[in-house]
Amino acid sequence: MLLIHCPYCDETLPELEFAYAGEAHVIRPEDPSAMSDEEWRDFLFIRTNARGPHFERWRHVHGCARFFNAVRDTVSDRFLLTYKAGEPRPDLASLEAAQ
Amino acid sequence: MSQFRIPGKGRVDHAETVRFAFDGREFTGLRGDTVASALLAHGVHLMGRSFKYHRPRGPVTADSAEPNALIGTSRGPGRFEPNTRATVQELREGLMCESQNRLGSLSFDLGAVNDALHPLFPAGFYYKTFMWPRSFWDKLYEPVIRRAAGLGRAPSEVDPDRYASRYLHTDLLVVGAGPSGLMAALEAARAGARVTLVDENPEMGGALRSDPGIEIAGQPAWDWLDGALAELESLGVRLMNRTTAIGYYHQNMVGLCEKLTDHLDTIPENAPRERMWRVRATRVVLAQGALEKPLVFHGNDRPGVMLAGAAQTYLHRYGVKVGDRAVIVTSHDSAYHAAFDLAEAGTKIVAIVDTRATPEEDLRAEARARGIEVLTGHTVTDTKGRLRVASVTVNPVEGGRIGAARLLHCDCLLMSGGWTPSLHLFSHTKGSLQWDEESRTFLPGRMTEDCHIAGAGRGLWGYGEALADGAKAGAEAATALGKKAGATPLAVAHDRPGTGESHKELPTNRKSSRVRAFIDFQNDVTAKDIRLAVREGMRSIEHVKRYTTNGMATDQGKMSNINGLMIAADAVGKAPPEVGLTTFRPPYTPTTFGAFAGYHKGATFEVTRRTPIDAWAEANGAVFEPVSLWRRAWYFPQGGEDMEAAVARECLATRASVGIFDASTLGKIEVAGPDAVEFMNRMYTNPWTKLAPGRCRYGVLLGEDGYIRDDGVIGRLGSDLFHVTTTTGGAARVLNMMEDYLQTEWPDLDVWLTSTTEQWATVALNGPKAREVLVGLVEGCDISAEAFPHMSVAECRVAGFPARLFRLSFTGELGFEINVPARHGLALWEALMQAGEPHGITAYGTETMHVLRTEKGFIIVGQDTDGTVTPEDAGLGWAIGKAKPDFVGKRSLARPDLVAPGRKQLVGLLTEDGAVKLEEGAQIVLDPGQPKPMKMVGHVTSSYHSATLGRSIAMALIEGGRDREGETVHVPMPEGVVRAKITSTAFYDPDGDRLKL
Ligand SMILES: [Zn+2]
Repeated sequence: MLLIHCPYCDETLPELEFAYAGEAHVIRPEDPSAMSDEEWRDFLFIRTNARGPHFERWRHVHGCARFFNAVRDTVSDRFLLTYKAGEPRPDLASLEAAQ
Repeated sequence: MSQFRIPGKGRVDHAETVRFAFDGREFTGLRGDTVASALLAHGVHLMGRSFKYHRPRGPVTADSAEPNALIGTSRGPGRFEPNTRATVQELREGLMCESQNRLGSLSFDLGAVNDALHPLFPAGFYYKTFMWPRSFWDKLYEPVIRRAAGLGRAPSEVDPDRYASRYLHTDLLVVGAGPSGLMAALEAARAGARVTLVDENPEMGGALRSDPGIEIAGQPAWDWLDGALAELESLGVRLMNRTTAIGYYHQNMVGLCEKLTDHLDTIPENAPRERMWRVRATRVVLAQGALEKPLVFHGNDRPGVMLAGAAQTYLHRYGVKVGDRAVIVTSHDSAYHAAFDLAEAGTKIVAIVDTRATPEEDLRAEARARGIEVLTGHTVTDTKGRLRVASVTVNPVEGGRIGAARLLHCDCLLMSGGWTPSLHLFSHTKGSLQWDEESRTFLPGRMTEDCHIAGAGRGLWGYGEALADGAKAGAEAATALGKKAGATPLAVAHDRPGTGESHKELPTNRKSSRVRAFIDFQNDVTAKDIRLAVREGMRSIEHVKRYTTNGMATDQGKMSNINGLMIAADAVGKAPPEVGLTTFRPPYTPTTFGAFAGYHKGATFEVTRRTPIDAWAEANGAVFEPVSLWRRAWYFPQGGEDMEAAVARECLATRASVGIFDASTLGKIEVAGPDAVEFMNRMYTNPWTKLAPGRCRYGVLLGEDGYIRDDGVIGRLGSDLFHVTTTTGGAARVLNMMEDYLQTEWPDLDVWLTSTTEQWATVALNGPKAREVLVGLVEGCDISAEAFPHMSVAECRVAGFPARLFRLSFTGELGFEINVPARHGLALWEALMQAGEPHGITAYGTETMHVLRTEKGFIIVGQDTDGTVTPEDAGLGWAIGKAKPDFVGKRSLARPDLVAPGRKQLVGLLTEDGAVKLEEGAQIVLDPGQPKPMKMVGHVTSSYHSATLGRSIAMALIEGGRDREGETVHVPMPEGVVRAKITSTAFYDPDGDRLKL
């Protein structure tokens, strides 16, 4: 069972309190009707499926109920960072250097 | 005194005998014995039959890696356990146990015919043999071969035992209480760390319990152990014996299974049998030691053939000699020590047969001094003895040539093929293993978790090394924990260091077709099977494993993996690390389902949610059904009615007069705030801006992909307040989805979302008499048809309670839904029942609700939709606010596939014979005469018998269904093809006149 740091509660807590919520930084377009079928398809279905660091969303569903973002290595399952929703996508190179 | 017991020797209590039965025969053992040691004390080696060939087998080990001596144990009804290792099952008074996998008696096993037929069961026979015609499955494989091959019988009764589970947080978890683990725990605890030390054995001490001649810090080993354990206790270390670390999971979570009662004569009342611990440790020290390997030679599986280290353990821990005349065959120094100890205990050592040409001179000298013959550079080519080894044939090997045979008579053959570091838990962490060419074994490589490995587990040998390495690991762990630690050196006298060689199968002069040299004893895999697998094209060790089943038995290849790898690598012609090692997976040893289930069984298997009206339903004879986690009243049988009769009565009564239904499980979400309307406009397909307070509307929620996710009636209570209802199963999902959009896409919207599902009890009142029943109970609201039309909502009082009153209908009848605070739900229900009595008010359950809604063509999301159904497909195109610029899923409704012709659409289906009810889920075809496989054009989603209409009705999703209205389709069923006509889904009161009452 993973331990996950909620950036809102500022606590590291067991995975049981959290729910996975898909890839992060996939932003819903301002005006979906202006998008081509291909653009909309990509927004709906195309995901990174990273081997290694992956930007993803989690929800502290049995805690503060907030959605937040995380960088998790999909090979080791290790969390490199969690950060609040709306914060900019962190720079991977500096993150890995810090590890 | 048993023939092979040595008075006064071992850790057993010679003063306390324990009676037990094996295969119906009564035996006595001593307190502290295992079943295996007690039987060996009586000279019984034959304890089981092998999996495939039914070959007679005895214990090879004295520990949890045992592949052969598997028994069924029993202590009364429900307390039967198969596949227990006789080598770890402690004796208890009255223990009943039985051997396994025999047809007839253990000494005369009819299944042994499989052994004579062994050419029929080569590697991969599962894949080859079982591919013959289908009829062979029914007539031969299942009844005959399956019965002949196998392990213990499964218990047939419910397990009455309790299983506990707990969490534990600790600074340092040390796995294994041998010399390394003890020292690690001592050093860390002395430095002030909170330490937990676990060991699977009843007694801590590990290998030192089999080597009492060692001296540590000037004390005999066992005296030193007593002192070390006492010190650990005084330092507050949590000492857990009979506790197996079964798995090592992420971020230093280790699963422990603690056995609590299997060794006790009587079980204390309410004592759990086992306890599963989920331990989160800041640091972990793995000190699991090493497992001895067998040597691979013809006839290495006879009873009486066992590991030399096991014989040493039986001697020192249990005071049992495994035989009177022993031949030792070894490629490792450790077996010499076993031979010396056995010789001192009175066993005649016939010879030490060493596969190595030049073993350590010191050991040979000591053997000479003891009068033991050492045969160097020798191999074993044969053993004899039907139920117990009686002789062994050994031959010198010179320049690869097998020399003249020599026959050695014996009653036990003790082998050692060297030692494999026990790295199972380390492998669970995905830590990498590194091949060490010198010791020809895998050692721990890169770590992924905060752990240390100490002692024999990383290839070290000898007590001095193990103690020092453990101390170092403990000090390192303590330092990592921020403590000041040092490793105290310990003087060790009479140490037993040693080295050895690893082999493939031993050289032989037998014809290869006549060699039965076993690698995996439990799965009956021989060296020949591995070579055959490679010849037939298997190259990866993972393929070899699956093809031969090597290492796939309950012992998970603890003894067989490295031998299998050596032989596979030789056959492939590659170095062992290039062929690779199979993956170790938890659990380390077989673990009961009960321990995993813990408290999650029976009534506490999962949460059961009950509505405030549940007690009334129960008192009035309701039959319940589970709906997500709720238990809901399904129907209310009266006077011996069956389900069909009860549902028919409930339906007719509701349509004729008035029915009452507990709808409390409906999901409810309060959407409040200045931007509530905007939020609703963006979430739901429908337009909400013009919905006036006091009105409600049927809302449809899509996923961003355009498919229906949920639906429900939504009431507007004020300009900034909506009372949203969801499906029973969808409540949490819908709230999650709303929160997701609100928090991450539209954080600018000023809206609050609150789950109110359990705050409100909801009672639905339906039928032409509904208003008459309700009207006398309502205060503060005119519920006349004119003042309170269909799809109205009001806050008022009902039966004296504050209420949110909806006029809506899921039945097609005049309907109301009354929400009151949950604590008043039962009182409201009872008040309505009383008010309805003159009208014959009838309580109905979920089944009637389904029949009534199907008669009206109302859908259930998740039953009539399946995650690929758009509003248009479901006939709900009218619920889409086409003028709205955007809502969740809107863009997807224009995706090419979602507007393409021929999509499955929801239609009604009437069987030609109204007495025939279709099966929900049944597939639909257009032409029943077409060749198989037929083209399926859809399936039945809802199907019920309608008492109101006097016939069956159904809904179905059918390709281009609405354009086919009036056509006949076919539903092939086992009993024959059912013909049905496509219709509209509005089976009853299609114009909705009854809503207008
Ligand atoms: Zn939180």
